Amino acid sequence: MLTLQAVLDGLLLGVLFALIAYGMALQWGVMNIINIAQGDLVILGGYIAYFMYLYGIHPAWGVIVSPIIMYFVGVIIYKLVINKVVDRDLFISILATFGISILFMQLMNFAFGADVVLANSGYGTTMLFDNSVTLPNSKIFSAFISIVFAIGLVIYMKKSKLGRAIRATAQNARAAKILGVDTEKVYAATFGINAALCGVAGALISITFTIHPYMGLPYTIRSFMIVIVAGLGNLPGVAMSGMGLGVFEEFADYILGTEFRIGSVFLLLVLILVYRRFKLSRKREYLK
Amino acid sequence: MSKNIILYGAILIFGIAAPFIFPAFKVQLSILCILIILAITWNVQGGEMGYNTFGNILFYGLGMYLCASVQVGMFFPLGEWTEGGGEKTFVHTPAQFFQGFAVGLAVAAVVPAIIAGLIGYSILGLRGHYFAICTLGLGVAAGEISGGIEIIGAGQGFTTPPFPNVDRLEARGEFFYFCSFIVLVFTFLAVKAIYSTRFKLVLNAIRDNEDKAEAMGIQTMKYKIIGWMISAFFCGLAGGIMGGLVGYIDSTDVAFDGREMGVFMVLMAILGGKGTLWGPVIGATLFHIFKEGFWTFFLGWQYVALGVLIVVIVIYFPEGIMGWLREKYPERFGEVVDEADRKAQVTLK
Repeated sequence: MLTLQAVLDGLLLGVLFALIAYGMALQWGVMNIINIAQGDLVILGGYIAYFMYLYGIHPAWGVIVSPIIMYFVGVIIYKLVINKVVDRDLFISILATFGISILFMQLMNFAFGADVVLANSGYGTTMLFDNSVTLPNSKIFSAFISIVFAIGLVIYMKKSKLGRAIRATAQNARAAKILGVDTEKVYAATFGINAALCGVAGALISITFTIHPYMGLPYTIRSFMIVIVAGLGNLPGVAMSGMGLGVFEEFADYILGTEFRIGSVFLLLVLILVYRRFKLSRKREYLK
Repeated sequence: MSKNIILYGAILIFGIAAPFIFPAFKVQLSILCILIILAITWNVQGGEMGYNTFGNILFYGLGMYLCASVQVGMFFPLGEWTEGGGEKTFVHTPAQFFQGFAVGLAVAAVVPAIIAGLIGYSILGLRGHYFAICTLGLGVAAGEISGGIEIIGAGQGFTTPPFPNVDRLEARGEFFYFCSFIVLVFTFLAVKAIYSTRFKLVLNAIRDNEDKAEAMGIQTMKYKIIGWMISAFFCGLAGGIMGGLVGYIDSTDVAFDGREMGVFMVLMAILGGKGTLWGPVIGATLFHIFKEGFWTFFLGWQYVALGVLIVVIVIYFPEGIMGWLREKYPERFGEVVDEADRKAQVTLK
């Protein structure tokens, strides 16, 4: 029954990862940048929900408030830093966002303290299969909200004018510009939407798990891993590989012990990249 | 040529005299030497070969743990040392300390180089940002995993053997300073010698266009692995000395500190100028001065200042100091400039 517990936990967790990874795929595909600060945006979103909890508002409302605030945070970051790295080498964007990540980490450390915190939602737990599997309702709630947001975003990208502009820019930025799309605005909106997604995920993480100023980098690595496994612009793939990663993590946690959990995630990233590299090198190609 | 000899001589004399001129800054000067070594070795990898890595921290941390473990393990049981908090139960005699440190440094240099050679074939097949992220993952994974291994102290850290004072002679600072300075000189000369061979041209060819280099008949993989092994060798040495200098090894804060030291290496090389011999030296020196300035004047806000510094350097100054100088005075760098051409450019502006 431990296995079933791990699988269910992992699936619910993986949905959250997939939401963060969707933001990563979005900005990577549209702007061709890799954002190392992704995880720190998640944690910042989590702290917004946590503060609502501290002031007596139910943290679940953070799911609405946090993305609105994070959207503007994202646009500000874009205007200050990201717009200068969009057309340049990917490594420049990695380093610049690494700087942002260190900055955010420390600012959050000052503002919120270095304690591990969580916002208690008071949702209780659900017992399944004759009480052999225990699922906190907050996890089910967070998976449900993630799916709602993901589907909402997919519909928005398909139907709305901005969504069309974003997809056009992703296909060919120059052509989109010629046809009258304000690409600068599209980029800002894309980064804002990504930050907003991080905000939702962060609020959910603060309810279901714990947050800490230094916990950002693993979320970045997870979303990067999910995106390279699934490929850019493959939303079902992102969902699948996100859930797969969640299950892997739960099993690593049970088998190896909690202290090796983060390490096994990073090691898995290395292994996946090396596997892809050998697979492609048979055709004399490499990961692009 | 003679000008160069005077310059090198002056630097060498300054380096030897420095701990006696500034006795209060011995530790800072030693750390500066280590930082310069790390920047130079990162530049072999990132600047000349074009494989931007965050993973050299792996070899640095490995060197640190290996040097300390060998130094202890040669004379005492390692498990009991780390469990009992080290120096309380066992004491190194001076001879044991120096023997252990010398053997430890040798191991700390050679083993990372071998490991780099072993994993090189897998990792170096990745290119560009995939390589960067993969090595970042490697560094952090090493930190997390070593934090769970009991025999090297796990989460509570590893205290390296304290420096034995022979006849009450307080020479700890001098000893580690000269260790790091000698290794720095050795590194600099070795890298300078490498840069004057065909090997550097091969590395540059890989940086400029790897597919074409391969088409020209260069076995790129072989050269990439050798380049990485050279990086790993010197990183391991630097780590070994740093472990003794700090006196305390923690898996994520001191040894495999990918978020700080791993990024500092890249930053120092970029600040000075990628792909030049002197760039990393200048960059590391300036960076260390900046960093210590922040630590002194913005206490508590140092990492905030550091984050801003990273963003500013990367966005506004990606060519670095040497790159900027090269643009300004191309003749000094041995590039032939057509006078008429330059005048035409000036009038155009």
